Amino acid sequence: MDYLLSGLIQAFELLFKGDPETYSAVKTTVLASSLSVAASMVIGSPLGFCLGYARFPGRRSVRVVVDTLLSLPTVVIGLLCYAFMSHRGPLGHLGLLFTIPGMAVGQTILGLPIVVAMTATAVENLDDRLKQTILTLGADPRQLLLTSLWEARFALALAGAAAYGRIVSEVGISMMVGGNIKWHTRTITTAIALETGKGQFAMGIALGLILLALALMVNVAMSGLKRLSE
Amino acid sequence: MARRSLFLGVMILLLWVCAPFSASATDQLMLATTTSTDNTGLMDYLAPQFKKDTRIELKWTAVGTGKALEMGKNCDVDVLLVHAPKAEKKYIDDGYGKDRTQVMYNDFVIIGPKDDPDGIKGLAVNDAMKKLVKGKADFVSRGDDSGTNKKEISLWRAAGLAVPDKEKWYIQTGQGMIATINVATEKKGYTMTDRGTFIKFSDNYGGNPPLIPLVEGDSVLYNQYSIIAVNPARCKNAQYDLAKKFTRWMTSKKIQDLIGNFKLLNKKLFIPNATH
Repeated sequence: MDYLLSGLIQAFELLFKGDPETYSAVKTTVLASSLSVAASMVIGSPLGFCLGYARFPGRRSVRVVVDTLLSLPTVVIGLLCYAFMSHRGPLGHLGLLFTIPGMAVGQTILGLPIVVAMTATAVENLDDRLKQTILTLGADPRQLLLTSLWEARFALALAGAAAYGRIVSEVGISMMVGGNIKWHTRTITTAIALETGKGQFAMGIALGLILLALALMVNVAMSGLKRLSE
Repeated sequence: MARRSLFLGVMILLLWVCAPFSASATDQLMLATTTSTDNTGLMDYLAPQFKKDTRIELKWTAVGTGKALEMGKNCDVDVLLVHAPKAEKKYIDDGYGKDRTQVMYNDFVIIGPKDDPDGIKGLAVNDAMKKLVKGKADFVSRGDDSGTNKKEISLWRAAGLAVPDKEKWYIQTGQGMIATINVATEKKGYTMTDRGTFIKFSDNYGGNPPLIPLVEGDSVLYNQYSIIAVNPARCKNAQYDLAKKFTRWMTSKKIQDLIGNFKLLNKKLFIPNATH
């Protein structure tokens, strides 16, 4: 039990004494998760819009597939990405393995279904009269997409936050694709796995608290953004 | 005002996060190594010195020996530091690696509770293994195809026993060495570990570990660590020159002495034995 208290003390020490290893892991975490959340949003929200708006045969099945992908295990994504990015794999020449962009690709696959599913639900729940109004005002499809997404912006932000939460806390993809390389691809979560492996439980708890602090900052910033836009 | 400070905050964050991209390019050597060299802190101890001496940045990923060999097969790393001589020789024969060079060794020890419920203390390895099968206490295995796991399996076989698998007393963790020792501690059972990791484990307990070495000193418990370069004839991207530099550096007198001076609780974790 004393791990908890000494973990808390260590977390403050790491943060305020500026421990370079911790800051490197924080930086890697922020960079990889920002890249992947951004990519998930850019790719996922138009897809989610289509899924929520358009009526086409098989739409319900696509929806089931997307909802199933919500429970894609991170180690499976990690393994698939490794197979593709390995030098013997089809994408080996890109040199993505053991890099932050490589991790971001895997994490985007993790975040994408969340953004698509939540955007689709948000768009489905938009007032039907909105579409008619936009169309009567002479909007082209692109304007229709952007206006609808703008109207659903709070739900989109929520989707981004949910994707961020899943991405920042995952360890399977970062470990498998990133390789937990010190100063390069070691994230907070892979560092926790390593410290636990070394039997340094207090250090693991300390890093966990730092991850929580990071998540808190992101959520405070989000709610600040929301207040500004209201 | 709030908008401006938010904008400023985001810009600062972006600058900080993008800084690594502007860092100057240096040679980088990619190493796959075993958990024992990483968990004990040996790599953290050696890598800065390597950079100082050669200006090459050592990047390492710590996995079991089985996975390390697989990463070499897939051309994803340049060089390996592993400890499973039999598997390594086959690896070289199959053409996946070359220039296998011994760098250091330690030994495996079978550790267990101080009161030794199965009574294996001081026995020869074969006799100890037989007692472990009959005894009541659990035996905790890595179960992950690591070098230590391969060695443990060979010990059951050498004692003329079937390799346990589903037996109630046989627990396969599939985790790293210290995590496995921790499971053995919780279960008040036995396990096998390399001595370096055991010293690290003792150090975590301030020198008074709940499990102690009971069987040791037998020649079959010898644990050799070697460097293998990934074969550049198979892997075009493998940086064979850098791998050779790393091997030469690791086997130099200076670094061999440095490895010998890597101590916890005033004990050596690895004993250098390069033949140069």
